[in-house]
Amino acid sequence: MSLIVCRDLVKTYRLGEMDVHALLGVSLTIDTGEFVAVMGASGSGKSTLMNILGCLDVPTAGTYILEGTDVSTLGENRLAEIRNSKIGFVFQNFNLIPRTTALENVQLPLFYRGIPAHEQKALALRALERVGLADRQRHHPAQLSGGQQQRVAIARALVTDPSIILADEPTGNLDSQASREIMETLTQLNREGITIILVTHEAEIAGYARRAITMKDGVILSDRNAGGVAVARVVPQEVRA
Amino acid sequence: MNFLLMTVVVAFRVLARNRMRSALTMLGIIIGVGAVIAMVSIGEGAKAAVQAQIASFGTNVITILPGSMTLSGVRTGHGGAVTLTIADMEELKKIPGVTYAGWGRRDAMQVVHENKNWFTTINAVSPDYLVIRAWTALNGEFFTQTEMDTAAKVVLLGNTILKNLFEPGEDPMGAMIRIKNMPFKVVGTLEAKGYDTRGNDQDDVVFIPFTTAERKIMGTKFMGSIGAGYLSAESPEQMAQVVDEVQRVLRQRHKLRPDQDDDFTVRNQIDIAKVQEGTSESMKLMLLAVASISLLVGGIGIMNILLVSVTERTREIGIRMAVGAKRRHILLQFLVEAVVLSAMGGLIGVGLGVAGAQAASNIAGWPTIISADILLIAFGFSALVGIFFGLYPANKASQLNPIEALRYE
Ligand SMILES: Nc1ncnc2c1ncn2[C@@H]1O[C@H](COP(=O)(O)OP(=O)(O)OP(=O)(O)O)[C@@H](O)[C@H]1O
Ligand SMILES: [Mg+2]
Repeated sequence: MSLIVCRDLVKTYRLGEMDVHALLGVSLTIDTGEFVAVMGASGSGKSTLMNILGCLDVPTAGTYILEGTDVSTLGENRLAEIRNSKIGFVFQNFNLIPRTTALENVQLPLFYRGIPAHEQKALALRALERVGLADRQRHHPAQLSGGQQQRVAIARALVTDPSIILADEPTGNLDSQASREIMETLTQLNREGITIILVTHEAEIAGYARRAITMKDGVILSDRNAGGVAVARVVPQEVRA
Repeated sequence: MNFLLMTVVVAFRVLARNRMRSALTMLGIIIGVGAVIAMVSIGEGAKAAVQAQIASFGTNVITILPGSMTLSGVRTGHGGAVTLTIADMEELKKIPGVTYAGWGRRDAMQVVHENKNWFTTINAVSPDYLVIRAWTALNGEFFTQTEMDTAAKVVLLGNTILKNLFEPGEDPMGAMIRIKNMPFKVVGTLEAKGYDTRGNDQDDVVFIPFTTAERKIMGTKFMGSIGAGYLSAESPEQMAQVVDEVQRVLRQRHKLRPDQDDDFTVRNQIDIAKVQEGTSESMKLMLLAVASISLLVGGIGIMNILLVSVTERTREIGIRMAVGAKRRHILLQFLVEAVVLSAMGGLIGVGLGVAGAQAASNIAGWPTIISADILLIAFGFSALVGIFFGLYPANKASQLNPIEALRYE
């Protein structure tokens, strides 16, 4: 069974009189343990796709099946639970809660899981150890470098032991040295079995992945594995206006 | 429950981060609650003091004074004629609904015990006077009829006299004191009553039998003329009717023509009590208005600062939603912050109110009563204000779109 099966995903935003089509029929299958890079020009719909895959948003049309569950039929509360248990987000701008320690930031998903505080702490500390920041647990985001902040964000994403980590341009705000460290961390996590889907503009970053999807104007243009072999035939769906 | 507790902890931390802002936000509630508690405590204290004073006057007492009361409250005799006598009182005692009739007259004189002396009020009274005016013997007995009939030289001492004429611990019973150089035997001491509504020390008095004063101490122009008469009615309901009857009987006995004014004044204790109750009712309404307005203002302050906070923390809300917070978690978080703010404000307000009331009684000497009820009610209300005014911002926060919230700059 595939981890992610999307069929004909459409996302349309209504801006006044005008419809903006962010996704125009995306079909995609991703298996457990894959490391996928999503590339494409600005505005091609990468973030929109990531938000839907992360259950932060729902598609206008199409189906999304995550671990056998048709997510498009679920209510908000169930989606929140899925985000909490199956998905970890890593954002370009880190998105840590300011003036809150690294440890507490990492604890946050566990907090909403309602587990006892001491268990939250223990698990969060272990996640920080995995990204090599156990000695920075009491630092606030402002007291950490960009790369360190992003590693705290990765710790927060993996603390719940998720099926997927969704990283939308995780190295977008980092220099090449920090970028390399982040990518090595993600690669390591992928080796440990976590599926990773990563949005990036840089070919070098995409090189860490074993599969690259390229988007253009809301459709998938190409979908190749590391060897350049097409993974799936890409058939953009005709969209009715 | 666990989650709620953790949310409370988080709320405290968030509010502690903006210490100054939180303090200023709470100020409205603090001042409101504090003022209400201080005012209620002082008001209740004043009310209780007035009630105690009214009670110390005796219950259902009707006072009859010779002479008539003019509008300005000045009492004028009628050509110096004697207008109220023991015979009048004996007659008034027969009115249905009257339980006791007593009388007295007073004068200020020097009383001496050994090497101490004290200038005080000598109140010459009939035995029932003491019953009507709710005096209680601490030691000894009230005057007996025999003592009255024989004009015995016996005296009852008020508490203030005891302190001023006797050493602490000295037993006054049976001691001899001198009034106008005449020896009087102390046959009893009276329980302290404190101050009356006009601030006079009610215990600065000695009582002697009316007859003794009339015949041996004060003299009289006319045997049986009295300074004041007192009746006690069986029940408060009967008082008005007894007053009417007193008026009728006295006018008849004094042979007053219909066109003549009363040559006496009848005062009903209930009228005084009613005036007091009226003022405390309007005081209560005022308090309620002040409390409502200050809590309203405080609540709006909380709502305002929470709306600012929701905007400031839009990204944080998005992050929380992204990692799995449900809408109700976000709602609860901001609601708890509102309630923590208002309840803390309420708590501090309660503290300040109690301190203010205490200061009023310590510094200004006002009687205050701090009841646990009012503290709880004030605190409960401030918490409710938090819920009420927190609901709108909290709901606004919980309805944010997670993606837009995450993008918010
Ligand atoms: N909330 C929205 N309302 C209206 N249009 C939107 C909204 N979000 C995205 N869009 C539109 O959808 C399209 C795809 O946006 P998306 O953010 O997915 O692009 P992207 O591929 O992530 O671009 P970038 O590389 O710049 O991040 C864009 O044309 C954008 O303007
Ligand atoms: Mg994007």
